[in-house]
Amino acid sequence: MSVTGTSFGSGDADETVRVRFMVNGRKTVCEVAPRDTLLDCLRDRLELTGTHAGCEMGTCAACLVQLDGRAVHACLMFAVQADGARIDTIEGLTESGAIADLQAEFHRRNALQCGFCTPGMLISAHELLSHNAVPSRETIRDALSGNYCRCTGYEAIVDAIAAVAAARAARKTRDHSS
Amino acid sequence: MTAPLTSLDRPNSYIGRSVPRPNAKRLLAGRGRYVTDVKLPRMLHAAFLRSPHAHAQITSIDFERARALDGVHLVATGADLAKICSPWTGTLDHFKGMISEPQLPLPLERVVWAGQAVVAVVAESRALAEDALELITVHYEELPAVVALDQAREPGTPLVNPESHSNLCFRSQLDSGGVDDAFARAAHVVEEEFSFGRHTPVTLEPRAIIADHDPEAGTLTVHHATQTPYQFQDLYSRHFGIPESRVRVIAPDIGGSFGMKLHVYHEDMAVVGLSILLRRPVKFVADRIESFVSDIHARDHRVRARMALDENGDILAMDVHDVTAIGAFSTYPRTSVVEGNQVIRLIGAPYRFKNYRAVLEVIFQHKVQTSQYRAVGHPIACAVTERMVDLAAARTGRDPFDIRAQNLIADDAYPLTSPTGYKFEALSHQACLQRLRDMMNDDALRAEQTTLRARGIHRGIGIASFVEITNPGPAFYGVGGARISSQDGATISLTPTGEVRCAISVTEQGQGTEAIVSQIVADQLGIAQEHVKVVTGDTEVTPHGGATWACRGAGIGGETALQAARVLKANILQIAALVLQEQPAALDIEDSTIVDAATRLQRLPVAEIARIVYFRSDTLPPGTQAQFTVSHHFAPQGYPFAFTNGIQGCHLEVDVETGFIKLLKHFVVEDCGRIINPMLVDEQMRGGVVQGLGAALFEECRYGDTGQLLNGSLADYLVPMAMEMPDIVIDHLETPTQDTVLGAKGCGEAGTAAASACVLNAVNDALAPFGVSINAIPITPARVLKALGRF
Repeated sequence: MSVTGTSFGSGDADETVRVRFMVNGRKTVCEVAPRDTLLDCLRDRLELTGTHAGCEMGTCAACLVQLDGRAVHACLMFAVQADGARIDTIEGLTESGAIADLQAEFHRRNALQCGFCTPGMLISAHELLSHNAVPSRETIRDALSGNYCRCTGYEAIVDAIAAVAAARAARKTRDHSS
Repeated sequence: MTAPLTSLDRPNSYIGRSVPRPNAKRLLAGRGRYVTDVKLPRMLHAAFLRSPHAHAQITSIDFERARALDGVHLVATGADLAKICSPWTGTLDHFKGMISEPQLPLPLERVVWAGQAVVAVVAESRALAEDALELITVHYEELPAVVALDQAREPGTPLVNPESHSNLCFRSQLDSGGVDDAFARAAHVVEEEFSFGRHTPVTLEPRAIIADHDPEAGTLTVHHATQTPYQFQDLYSRHFGIPESRVRVIAPDIGGSFGMKLHVYHEDMAVVGLSILLRRPVKFVADRIESFVSDIHARDHRVRARMALDENGDILAMDVHDVTAIGAFSTYPRTSVVEGNQVIRLIGAPYRFKNYRAVLEVIFQHKVQTSQYRAVGHPIACAVTERMVDLAAARTGRDPFDIRAQNLIADDAYPLTSPTGYKFEALSHQACLQRLRDMMNDDALRAEQTTLRARGIHRGIGIASFVEITNPGPAFYGVGGARISSQDGATISLTPTGEVRCAISVTEQGQGTEAIVSQIVADQLGIAQEHVKVVTGDTEVTPHGGATWACRGAGIGGETALQAARVLKANILQIAALVLQEQPAALDIEDSTIVDAATRLQRLPVAEIARIVYFRSDTLPPGTQAQFTVSHHFAPQGYPFAFTNGIQGCHLEVDVETGFIKLLKHFVVEDCGRIINPMLVDEQMRGGVVQGLGAALFEECRYGDTGQLLNGSLADYLVPMAMEMPDIVIDHLETPTQDTVLGAKGCGEAGTAAASACVLNAVNDALAPFGVSINAIPITPARVLKALGRF
């Protein structure tokens, strides 16, 4: 065994860079190492732990956030690349109410079990419904094809998204006709 | 059989209702608190240098440069941790003759699989710890690796365990007698050899642990992503010499487990040791690459099977030989032989025949350990049995439904003991078969199959009956000397405002444990579910219990909650009777109100009783001591296990040009006894089925000749995704167990148990016109094309 002193030093890898961005509607400044991913920054620095690390290689989508309104893998970009961007995480989307109907329908149908994939699922669903108001089940499954869930078997998630799409469409029709 | 009406069936009962999970809203809002998310003051981070070799002698470790790196607090090797952690051995007494090498957190001299942790670094951040790993040089002398199953069994092959004479970990044999006679007089004998690939659980949250040793208080607190906090409290106490009462294990939100997070992992023991050495909290989260090479793997069986039938198509006997490779040692504390043991005991279980013989051989090799993963042994036993039944159907010219109707145990034949010694209380195979046949509309599917075949479209229909082991008693582990509890405990309180708090030893990984416990408690106490708070996952807070494994949460945990609630209710009514000057038996509780038991007239809010007890005990008769907190334990008695049963069906299409398989629809009829929450049971089924479908079509840990895992990343190891998965139709029968008041059995394994068997049968059904068959899982496009002679 070898115990070293507790002196803290930093090599080049730890020289920080200042990143300024808009996170969940608030101007945010963060000191990050150049090698920190956006995921590291959100989870460790900003304590937005609703964004999860599942594979750190862009295959599971547990880390999805919205960057300038588009779903991106927070594990696949460096924090410094998000400088100047608008980032919305599950926490911000919850507070704004933007996905409240999706969350309620997921809850009602138990379209989640352990919940680890759920923020990413919601962000994929939100993106899908923002450009395809009434997707078919096939289209929903296709849109979720990058989101890994080990617990649910996906069907309740597909059902929930389809139900929200139908409800939103019905509300729109009602609003137009009234 | 449908459950007889009991007090649990009254109108508005919470039992049997699809209520959403109260704790799921947090997760939907991103407010889950997983171990991965937890930070403690002064917390450090561990990373491990892993062996690049499957088998090698460690000749030297040079870590001076790592130790000198700023921000690094400790570099530790096997010898450092061996001083404070006693070794463990993954054997159990009831598996006679099994052997396994003692294990330590990090190896002293030899590595036995590629990916084994060798050196630990603890630093200010995980990134720094990983930087330090790159400055460490381990010199190895490579040794011959035993990788493939056949190689491990060859005479003269290198020994994985140098103390032993062969690579055999365990051998077991079952023989009901009469097997040779049955085969001698059989009109038909079918034979097949099956192989089942190694796969791995791939929970979305990887393994995560934070150990926090406080030497002044003499305590160890471990935040551990596990199903079984009490088991780990016991293990950490014994292996690190800390009194049990000073060890606290907290399992908060868990990002999936499926059995994977209840085994001892070397890194977890190392992290506890590192925290003791550093006197600070130390965190380790496996990254995905580490998960693939260090989480348990499962399955990896090769089964040779024969089935004898008489001229009428009655099954007479089965004779099977299962060989399974488990890695370099047996997993602690549950061993790596339970899966094989369940394979040979579950084969043939749904059927009536009496003559059965089986041999199990469990083999060491230089790969990561295998152990219990969802539906332990069931998918293999089911696939072997059900494929053999389909082969028998083809041989005797029978329809798959008909041969099962002829041979499945009759629903009125119970109780009975299987040829392998399993005692069945009451199962419903025949009713499930009929229900499935109606649900699938088999005749229409067959007609469509014929029409489409003429157009070169090859669809297949496959069905598979299954038996599931649930509600395990001490016969499972306790009898073998494992300190793994089969009982559970709950502490339930009526609070001063008349609400209820239930701290219970079963745990939650998203299956809905807390929801069903709150339903049962609310139901039994006559209190609204939203006024019942359930607490799980902390050894400091709940009584000791088995927690969640092998399908016991609803059946054993649920009964614990039911009985605890009944005791508390009696105590509440006793005080209410004093206040109202009635007999307790004349009163009941409904909608949080004390009511007249006969007339249901409202008498007094429960909250008022609680107020009196907590704040105005002076107004109660002298000598009254209200007990509004009750601790209660329940240990299963009667049958050693509560078996469940069911049947699944699969409809799929095989593209004979590309070998790709499209799953069209999946069907399940199952009987888990009393259903507490139908929606949650359905979701357990769906999730379980999809894990079985992944195994059937995609998942396999592929190794090279030198023992390297070749596809250990989420880009290379294929898991089932939304696009490939079918919709799943589910129906239920309810045959409650009479061993408990609640009557619930488990349902967590049922989906996985039969899904791959159905797919195997359906693919072979689709390929029948080509006169070829497939006997290996996963059924990859390459395997399909190879069978068709096109690859």
